[in-house]
Amino acid sequence: MSLKETDVTRIAHLAHLELNAEQTSKTLEQLNGIFALVEKMQTIDTAGIEPLSHPFALVVDHLALRLREDLVTETNHREAYQQSAPATQDGLYLVPKVIE
Amino acid sequence: MQWEVVIGFETHAQLSTKSKIFSGSTTQFGAEPNTQASPVDLALPGVLPVLNRGAVEKAIQFGLAVNSTIAPMSVFARKNYFYPDLPKGYQISQFELPVVQGGVVSFAMERDGKTEIRSVQLTRAHLEEDAGKSLHEDYQGMSGIDLNRAGTPLLEIVTEPVMRSAAEAVAYAKALHSLVTWLGICDGNMQEGSFRCDANVSVRPVGQVEFGTRCEIKNLNSFRFLEEAINIEVRRQIELIEDGGRVVQETRLYDPDKKQTRSMRSKEDSQDYRYFPDPDLLPLVISQEWINRVKADMPELPAAMRSRFIEQFGLSEYDAMVLTQTKASANYFEAVVTHAGAAQAKPAANWMMGDVASTLNREGMEMTAIPVKAEQLALLLQRIADGTISNKIAKEVFAAMWQAPSADVNLADQVIEAKGLKQISDPGALAKIIDDVLAANQKSVEEFRAGKEQAINSLLGQAMKATKGKGNPTEMKALLLAKLNA
Amino acid sequence: MHTKTLTEISALLHSKQLSATELAQHYLNRIAASDLNAFTHVDPALTLAQAAHADKLLAQPNPHALAGIPIAHKDIFVTRGWRSTAGSKMLANYTSPFDATVVEQFNQAGMVTLGKLNCDEFAMGSANENSFFGAVKNPWDKRAVPGGSSGGSAAAIAARLAPAATATDTGGSIRQPASFCGVTGIKPTYGRVSRFGMIAFASSLDQGGPIAQTAEDCALLLNSMAGFDARDSTSLEHPNEDFRRDLNTPLKGLRIGVPREFFGAGLATDVEQAVRAALAKYEDLGAILVDISLPKTELSIPVYYVIAPAEASSNLSRFDGVRYGHRAANYDGLTDMYKKSRTEGFGDEVKRRILVGSYVLSHGYYDAYYLQAQKIRRLIAEDFQAAFKQCDVIMGPVAPTVAWDLGDKADDPVANYLADIFTLSTSLAGLPGMSLPCGFGQGEKNSKRPVGLQLIGNYFSEAKLLGVAHQYQLATAWHTQTPSV
Repeated sequence: MSLKETDVTRIAHLAHLELNAEQTSKTLEQLNGIFALVEKMQTIDTAGIEPLSHPFALVVDHLALRLREDLVTETNHREAYQQSAPATQDGLYLVPKVIE
Repeated sequence: MQWEVVIGFETHAQLSTKSKIFSGSTTQFGAEPNTQASPVDLALPGVLPVLNRGAVEKAIQFGLAVNSTIAPMSVFARKNYFYPDLPKGYQISQFELPVVQGGVVSFAMERDGKTEIRSVQLTRAHLEEDAGKSLHEDYQGMSGIDLNRAGTPLLEIVTEPVMRSAAEAVAYAKALHSLVTWLGICDGNMQEGSFRCDANVSVRPVGQVEFGTRCEIKNLNSFRFLEEAINIEVRRQIELIEDGGRVVQETRLYDPDKKQTRSMRSKEDSQDYRYFPDPDLLPLVISQEWINRVKADMPELPAAMRSRFIEQFGLSEYDAMVLTQTKASANYFEAVVTHAGAAQAKPAANWMMGDVASTLNREGMEMTAIPVKAEQLALLLQRIADGTISNKIAKEVFAAMWQAPSADVNLADQVIEAKGLKQISDPGALAKIIDDVLAANQKSVEEFRAGKEQAINSLLGQAMKATKGKGNPTEMKALLLAKLNA
Repeated sequence: MHTKTLTEISALLHSKQLSATELAQHYLNRIAASDLNAFTHVDPALTLAQAAHADKLLAQPNPHALAGIPIAHKDIFVTRGWRSTAGSKMLANYTSPFDATVVEQFNQAGMVTLGKLNCDEFAMGSANENSFFGAVKNPWDKRAVPGGSSGGSAAAIAARLAPAATATDTGGSIRQPASFCGVTGIKPTYGRVSRFGMIAFASSLDQGGPIAQTAEDCALLLNSMAGFDARDSTSLEHPNEDFRRDLNTPLKGLRIGVPREFFGAGLATDVEQAVRAALAKYEDLGAILVDISLPKTELSIPVYYVIAPAEASSNLSRFDGVRYGHRAANYDGLTDMYKKSRTEGFGDEVKRRILVGSYVLSHGYYDAYYLQAQKIRRLIAEDFQAAFKQCDVIMGPVAPTVAWDLGDKADDPVANYLADIFTLSTSLAGLPGMSLPCGFGQGEKNSKRPVGLQLIGNYFSEAKLLGVAHQYQLATAWHTQTPSV
């Protein structure tokens, strides 16, 4: 199965990336090269196989999320955290108008 | 054509933890912008989420309260979309395996003048993180982003599409609100956004099995708006269909000023969320032992309290349901009964649903702010029971107690004393009054003697008037009968 | 003094024959004189301040073994002071308000930071040509790539610009550059080294590890680098251990699994010869070679190139030009600001992987790609468990060829991906893996380019791997050779 240009346009929008016409066709070609590799996966029968989301699930018994106690440990460092911000005012991050 | 309304609910209840769901920032409301946004909340490069135990325990409490299955293993997933109030570009939520599965919320509601008990089935409730806020005031033509709220724990409670009217939806929302505040897992403040309802509304011709196309209505931050918005949306959909149009599945925003719902443009292209299990988080495992520990620490639940009230105090199911609508009213009722004695349970229930409820309503007050203390009301009930005052006078005493609150447990006695409202039961004093009444109302006396027994009521009324309402009605009636039949 | 190993330098510092300040200055001078483009940011004043502090620590009784030793960090670890760029235009001017756990641990040990090391953008690449700061050159032959994504780390160690470097490995990014540059590196078991402060590429695969001259040095570094971190939910609560404990364990009777899939067509002759010679050396040292099979080796490429981009596409969504990072100068509205900022801020390979990842997670494709990949991932991990019933460690080549020339595969993603064939399965299974120098090949340019031997162990067997590597390094001198830069 190969991708179409409309697929590339669709996923570029999903990923919020911009591609011009030339880039779209080049990307299409490259993605089809990659998916030609990927398609080899479809030859494997995985019926009844559980997906492995965490690599150590195989050896760690009772894989369970560790939890944090409900304590406030953070303090205000707004100035430091906003040092790398492209645009701020009155402690707010500024973005082009959000329309709801 | 006859239309049937179909409503399902998604409620986002902010869990009242001290810290955020995946970071150690405080969740307090109202701070200066971005002063409660830590690197994790800001999604700075390199940060990772660590789940708050308190948020999970609150979800477990909710699940237990509505008879859900608490999933022994649930999974956090990423919901991917771009929005400036969503710092990571994805929301950590639960998708395929939520922590709370199934369940039911029961409540009493009035319909066609009758009260009935309704049950709404829940699909699920899952844990997720809240987003920040976009402020639309003009900052050089831009919007301002405040991420203080980003990462606040939410329990999203989803119902089956089982509600059939705006009134029922509101009753459900109120019952759910009262339950989460009862449990203490959510402060329930709708104005601050702690309890947010989204309603999925559709209509279909009566008798049709398949559902119509639904719209999701957002921004319902009061019970009144909720009812208004649903009714307005229902009307919009019916008119649209009757005019030959078609309902489009979309998210709509309720505008309470214009009294209309409108399409939300910003959501148009965010359909494909690309959910997948969050690789930064392992499965959430909840043992039966943990559930038992949470259960042991939980307050008595409304349902359990209802059964107990019915069994222990002989209340009707309806009375028990109404009294347990909020924790404050249930606790107040129980405190009154504790002080007044179990024999006063039914009168106490009547008072709660009568004068207490109507006065609160008139004053626009919450039960938690009631100025009359439970032990003060208990004494008042005892004074009715022991014949010191009549039920009618008691209403006057109660009103006085409400107007001039005091900490004194003997307030009822003080008011009765000060206003001279004590019932007159002394047969000598009453006999004299009755003689005067009989003398002044010969016409009624003759009617009674001629066999018109109702005439005694008029005489009793005159006697009561003569005692300024303080005469013991039982005593007076007995005296009247004795004299009339003499 | 730069030819000395970390262990040797440590002894000199402890015996006061050398000060941390002198040492730091020496390496700063070498870095300044180097033209390999191995560093993205140095700040001599910051480094010397840390060195002065280290000298105070060294003056106290019983200083830490690593006190005063210079280290450079792959620019995927965030650092206060030095910029944290992930090799991307997106973060070209970003300074982190906090240190990565790994950096914090090395700071606590009294190590002295030399600066930040160049790498492929967001650790995506096998040649270190995908850096916004330009390609890194291989010290053995400046026409060659150093490997990637930790190309700066491997090149800096090979050129003796630092005695120690941090690196990260998502699909081979420690082992392959270590192999291409003739140095020693270890990727520990997934979950051993905290990912907090490591700018995420693929969360279920990313794992930090050290690169140094020798296995002994790596063991010493890993003692400070590994350990439980409550800030990382995937960090394993495994007891702390001394990774040097097996360094002197003899190899007699060691069963070395040799996967036949690692020696098929596509393996360059020069690489095969060097690896076979290394295996023969192990036999001389008392080990036994066992023929094993890892049948899903080839499938590890599609599986990896679905899972890693999927996770990356989501991990890199936070780079939107709102709170930090590159924001386009001209745009029309919010969505356009996002699109232009991300399009300008990311390089081609990063964008390609984001697109692949978005596609495999998108509606209607998730089951066929992402879920299928996660299922085969389990089969791959199970293959290793079957293999470890027959052997104690697995050995083979790290890469099918020696380092290729700069620019050769720069515009051919598939060719790059295929070159990862021997390192991906270990990452997918979360197993520890090492690369150690075992000879040289000629490559196409008939020059001298290093070959790495890959060691793969079972979960938590880092100490054993380091011991097996150390014994080889005691008997050989490949790791002592230095390029003439």
